[in-house]
Amino acid sequence: MARARAQGTAIRIGVLTDMSGPYRDTTGPGSVVLTQAAAAEFANRGFTVEVLQADHQNRPDVGANIARQWYDQGVDAIVDVPTSSVAFAVNTIAREKNKVFLNSGAASSDLTGAQCSPNTVHWTYDTWMLAKGTGAAIVRTGGDSWFFITADYAFGHALERDTANFVRSAGGRVLGQVRYPFPATTDFSAFVLQAQSSRAKVLGMANASTDTVNTIKSAREFGLHRSMKFAALLMGVMDIHALGLESAQGLLLTESFYWDLNDRTRALTQRVRQANQNRPPAMVPAGCYGATLHYLKAVADMGAAAAKADGRAAVARMKAMPTDDDAFGPGRIREDGRKIHPVFLFEVKSPAESRAPYDYYKVAATTPAEEAFRPLAEGGCSLVRS
Amino acid sequence: MLDIIENALGIPAPLLFGQLLLGLINGAFYAMLSLGLAVIFGLLNIINFTHGAQFMMGAFVAWMLLAWGGLGYWWALLIAPLIVGATGVVIERLMISRLYKLDHLYGLLLTFGIGLMIEGVFRNEFGSSGLPYRIPAELQGAWDLGFMFMPIYRGWVVVFALVCCLATWLVIEKTRLGAYLRAATENAALVQAFGVNVPRMITLTYGAGVALAALAGVLAAPIYSVNPQMGTNLIIVVFAVVVIGGMGSILGSVITGFGLGIIEGLTKVFWPEASATVIFVIMAIVLLARPAGLFGRA
Repeated sequence: MARARAQGTAIRIGVLTDMSGPYRDTTGPGSVVLTQAAAAEFANRGFTVEVLQADHQNRPDVGANIARQWYDQGVDAIVDVPTSSVAFAVNTIAREKNKVFLNSGAASSDLTGAQCSPNTVHWTYDTWMLAKGTGAAIVRTGGDSWFFITADYAFGHALERDTANFVRSAGGRVLGQVRYPFPATTDFSAFVLQAQSSRAKVLGMANASTDTVNTIKSAREFGLHRSMKFAALLMGVMDIHALGLESAQGLLLTESFYWDLNDRTRALTQRVRQANQNRPPAMVPAGCYGATLHYLKAVADMGAAAAKADGRAAVARMKAMPTDDDAFGPGRIREDGRKIHPVFLFEVKSPAESRAPYDYYKVAATTPAEEAFRPLAEGGCSLVRS
Repeated sequence: MLDIIENALGIPAPLLFGQLLLGLINGAFYAMLSLGLAVIFGLLNIINFTHGAQFMMGAFVAWMLLAWGGLGYWWALLIAPLIVGATGVVIERLMISRLYKLDHLYGLLLTFGIGLMIEGVFRNEFGSSGLPYRIPAELQGAWDLGFMFMPIYRGWVVVFALVCCLATWLVIEKTRLGAYLRAATENAALVQAFGVNVPRMITLTYGAGVALAALAGVLAAPIYSVNPQMGTNLIIVVFAVVVIGGMGSILGSVITGFGLGIIEGLTKVFWPEASATVIFVIMAIVLLARPAGLFGRA
């Protein structure tokens, strides 16, 4: 503590993430590296920044314990927190202790809806935006009858429900769904056959990571790509890498960040690539970078001591300032805590089009920031004045 | 005929036949994995909980051979089981062999721990999202069976697994080596007195069981993504298969492997949410009626 005082106040940021489970590759060490990159840009501004990390093992009890301990020991902000169940726990604790929660990893749109909090910012993506980005876009291109393969737990159900709503409101039909046991399923061929016999035009995959990869592999093996479009509702660059372009080509998917999008994202990638095991940043780590950078800007603006004393005030200051970073460009944070920025529908390149590892996406469509996320009035957030 | 089935069950007949066939394919994996477990348990009395990790290693070694050594699927089928089997020999010599005089439980805990460690190492080294592995060119494509589209590779897996099961059974039941092995499990001291090197035989048996797991891993690599969790997901089901078939019974593990694959496949049609549970329900029923398993010796 004496050392910290000598150099000015220390801001402590904890990256709470999945270091050992299924979401390790899309969050985990990458999120730590990108948070550190944001912290490094804030060296010598009258305060020091310290980055901690911990593994929540995707368990709400473990995550809640670490969050409590961290906040009590002087951690000012917790970043990332993939897996919605853990994020809900941290959301409550941050509010109770008047600290800051910068969510990048968890998907549930309830974090800025029914469960919204003045201490939380939801940065990168959410289930509503995924459902709209991929679901609505595919219906517009003629994919008007759907069959869902859904992971049988809260996240899968929410994603299926949100997407089905978009499909129906765009005039499409849902012909059926199958809900498979999560996480006890490795073979998806049986479900793929059911999807095939439904004669739907679109196969909606309301699942994530290895489950999505295995679903797509089986679907291609059984020739579904000849008669159906594949809609992977939550999928990222690392999953494409795991699947291989041979199987992934032509897929449509939604993300709010891609490393090769523009000069600024490429510059960011260049800066962190070496520290990030020589891989470009994925979407969730990029969100950790953007959120941390903006938080530190707010801290610099209001003074480190004031930011440490009142997490709610720090988040309010974040909402009052326009955002701008290399990963997401200019944007803003709404009063419900939702960060808004443009969202992209990507089409996966064919092996012939891809020139290097991780050169995987073509932009198929861009949704402007104001249209990409659930309208403020529809979320049911108590912070929103009607 | 098809109409009658459709009307009676309320689902399209092609879907039903498709699921039966898929059940058979999954059953082939269950059979091959439980076969290795049965051999190891039957002859060594070790409940080998490392089996899932060794299955996963088979898939990873196949991937490494291709990515680092340029050796394709057919070489992997030959080399990967040898490499992984050799690691099994090392594990048996260094650790498991010290536990034979103790209760089963110690072997179970040790192999469980080793499995967790192997999985952790692979996850740290290769991440959690998996690596791609392609179906070999010769086995790409599919047959149109009329009622379903049957990938050639899946057919190959069933045939290959059946041949492996048959070969293992023949070695153990019909050869002199098999006779020694069976005799050694009954009375090791006596067999040793006849000049047979029993410890070496046990080591090699463990290595062979591990190699069978690795072989199944190579077969699985093109179907599932090669990832560190692939063994964990499967091994619990495979243990249920071994228990239902009767611990140590080779015939039992093969027949229940295929049978449960089919039952699981049908559950996926009629009640998909229960497909991960159905095998354990069957296990409970079988254990109530026949505690030693369907083919076990009481």
